[in-house]
Amino acid sequence: MISGILALMVAVLTFIALFAHMVLDGAPRLTWDFFTSFPSRRAESAGILSAWVGTTLVMLVTAFSAVPLGVAAGVYLEEYAPKNWFTEIIEINVTNLAGVPSIIYGLLALGMFVYQLGFGQSILAAGLALALLILPVVIVATREAIRSIPVAIREGAYALGATKWQTVSDHLLPYSSAGILTGIIIGLARAIGETAPIITIGALTFIAFLPPSPIKSEFPFVSFEWLTAPFTVMPIQMFNWVSRPEEAFQLNAAAAGLVLVVMTLAMNGLAIYLRYRMRKNIKW
Amino acid sequence: MTEESRKRTVHAGKLGFSMRRRVREKCIEAMLFASAVLSVAIMLAIVVMLVKESIVFFQHVSIWDFLTDTEWTPLFDNAHYGILPLISGTVVSSLIALVVALPLGTIIAIYLSEFAPFSVREMAKPFLELLGGIPTVVYGYFALLFITPLLQSILPELPGFSLLSAGLVMGIMIIPYVSSMTEDAMRAVPMNLREGSYAMGATRLQTALRVVMPAALSGIAAAYILGISRAVGETMVVAIAAGMQPNLTWNPMEPAATITAYIVQVSLGDLPHGSIGYQTIFAAGLTLLLLTLVFNIIGHMLRKRYREIY
Repeated sequence: MISGILALMVAVLTFIALFAHMVLDGAPRLTWDFFTSFPSRRAESAGILSAWVGTTLVMLVTAFSAVPLGVAAGVYLEEYAPKNWFTEIIEINVTNLAGVPSIIYGLLALGMFVYQLGFGQSILAAGLALALLILPVVIVATREAIRSIPVAIREGAYALGATKWQTVSDHLLPYSSAGILTGIIIGLARAIGETAPIITIGALTFIAFLPPSPIKSEFPFVSFEWLTAPFTVMPIQMFNWVSRPEEAFQLNAAAAGLVLVVMTLAMNGLAIYLRYRMRKNIKW
Repeated sequence: MTEESRKRTVHAGKLGFSMRRRVREKCIEAMLFASAVLSVAIMLAIVVMLVKESIVFFQHVSIWDFLTDTEWTPLFDNAHYGILPLISGTVVSSLIALVVALPLGTIIAIYLSEFAPFSVREMAKPFLELLGGIPTVVYGYFALLFITPLLQSILPELPGFSLLSAGLVMGIMIIPYVSSMTEDAMRAVPMNLREGSYAMGATRLQTALRVVMPAALSGIAAAYILGISRAVGETMVVAIAAGMQPNLTWNPMEPAATITAYIVQVSLGDLPHGSIGYQTIFAAGLTLLLLTLVFNIIGHMLRKRYREIY
């Protein structure tokens, strides 16, 4: 009993130490300039502008590719898949994908997206690599959300003459949307903090400019040039600063880490809150 | 479907309508099926990519040298390609992590599942989940700039980079995974087993250790094995805090490189596509994939078993 509380305290204390250490070192650096400056050779004037813009754009690519694919795969496995050996293979495979170390996805992206498909060390390649990484999370969340809907809902829809897809799109997906959203947020929170696959793509460079803007003033108003632009992201910027010997840069690393931790904690917290509310409110 | 086409289908009569409807349903099913199959395609792509580059690598380096040479210096003029130093780094850092994570994770799981009052559990579970969501690069920072100086005040001879501090932090990082899966396994044990044990006069601790844990054994084993697999594949903590020097050692007080840290180190440089250095990271990646795949498959099988028992 007491040892249980002690063990829990180890985790709590570590968290407090981690957070306190970062706040003590990083908080003084968190000024407005830090968010609006490019990285620099001089630690005091370096900032995370290109990093947070890069992270936002990479996350856009990740969300737009992982969400439709993951939800579709989840719906298929839960509602359509026949019980046979092939379905079993897909299911085992999803479990295995979730266990593949993230750096392996980086190697896949390096070989396939960067060189074979010729995307280069771009936002597109990084976004797709992270999309593959969080695909299992989205699939599993979708499946669990759909599974918790009672069979009676499906039977009701079928009894009124709905087809399978009408049942799925008009009933199952709307009712499970909160659960799916929770999974998507957790997946994206993981993707934001992933460093290894993006280093493997070879994106650790000094980036002191922004990718071309996705919104243009003249027709057709949107541009996809940014997809192929070189970039940097938050965790990479932090890793870059951590690995420098000068202490001034390590303070920058603490500040960047603080921003990163607050972002992931906020996303995970939101997901936990959504799940909590869902459990309280939904009574079939 | 637009309004126009909807009118047309109604005009086409009942037969045409149901035909169209069936075709549409089949198309949608095919699309969903394709998305599900994509996951298999990803796995295949990973294997093909790693094997393809590794084959080229093994045409330069014999498998025997790869497995027995005690030096890993692919980027030097006098190149050696022995994976052993990377394996030793991986094994030592993972062992330290497991020494931390398995006991602590298990104790937390026993406490949360068998002892903790409802309110503590409701607080602790989301907290552990949040802890598991912190980016690994942040843990690496913590290991290098907090744990290492802390350890150095106890062990003055500890170098600035060491397997010890990387392993310790990695262990703390893995605790949430181990504890949440172990707890799930223990809570899956039916209540009447516990009630039977209490009826025989056993205390809560005796019940937890001698009834619930043995009953949840395969689930707990699965949690451990998945924890091992995470430790082996972990990258950023070791890349930051353990240094990136391949070093055949079993001494946790030394700096060394793991398989993952080596891949990071090479990627940081600018290796030309198709060079032998470029191929080494795929050979190292293949070794890593095989290691984790074995653990994952065993873990998956064990988990399936405990779900089926009751």
